[in-house]
Amino acid sequence: MPVIDITKDPATCSMTIVCEYDAPVERCWQLWSDPRQLERWWGPPVYPATFVAHDLTPGAFCTYFMTGPDGDTPHGWWRVVSVEPPHGFEVEDGFGDEPGSDNGMPLTTMRVRLADRSGGGTRMTVTSTYASAEAMAQLLEMGMEEGIRLAAGQIDAILEAG
Amino acid sequence: MVVDLLADDARADLVFNALADATRRDIVRRSVAGELSVSALARSYPMSVTAVQKHVAVLERAGLVHKERHGREQRVRADVEAVQAAARLLDDLEQLWRERLDRFATALDDLIDH
Repeated sequence: MPVIDITKDPATCSMTIVCEYDAPVERCWQLWSDPRQLERWWGPPVYPATFVAHDLTPGAFCTYFMTGPDGDTPHGWWRVVSVEPPHGFEVEDGFGDEPGSDNGMPLTTMRVRLADRSGGGTRMTVTSTYASAEAMAQLLEMGMEEGIRLAAGQIDAILEAG
Repeated sequence: MVVDLLADDARADLVFNALADATRRDIVRRSVAGELSVSALARSYPMSVTAVQKHVAVLERAGLVHKERHGREQRVRADVEAVQAAARLLDDLEQLWRERLDRFATALDDLIDH
């Protein structure tokens, strides 16, 4: 389990996760900066993500869709706010197939920081900030919970088949 | 569904604002464990009964606790379901990211192996 600390602040509707990896900062950065690498882990196993556009330049958009078990393809986008390769970036994170439009869905700000860990490896800090508690509830309601449940179910199926 | 309890935006904001204060979180914690009178609660904090009453009122508006009159005493009882709903919301988010970061670790290992 790479996660070493989680801070949840109901007052600011934000969550900060700190995790550590043995790999150097440059390698961790590749998992965000290379869309083919990003696709391997961004979506849950039953909702894998495909990045259609990926440009980590301030003002640019990254767009993706996820493919669900019933063939549904929810779209999402990031609007890049700032980038400091390989040490991190900040994006506005939205849903819908029209980048930059909230499509009636709440927006989140995601900030990622990659720092050298003393003694080698990387300390990665991800901060997600929601516009309001209601926004947070709405996002979780939108199938995120379902995605988790399906992922857990899939693991069970693999174990049973094993 | 848990989120339904918080789906109404005004309600959700009341809940999270109520839980944003350490004293109020402590009042919730104690009143989940058992019904407590306002005066008993007030003895636990370096503040007046009136100040504690104000905190309880904030929690009551958010639906996290209920007040009941027992003779001359006012007792505070937590609405366990409402408290769990608030906690679950952040827990679900935590779970989502934990799983994502586990996948990140796996992808990182694959990258190093190849």
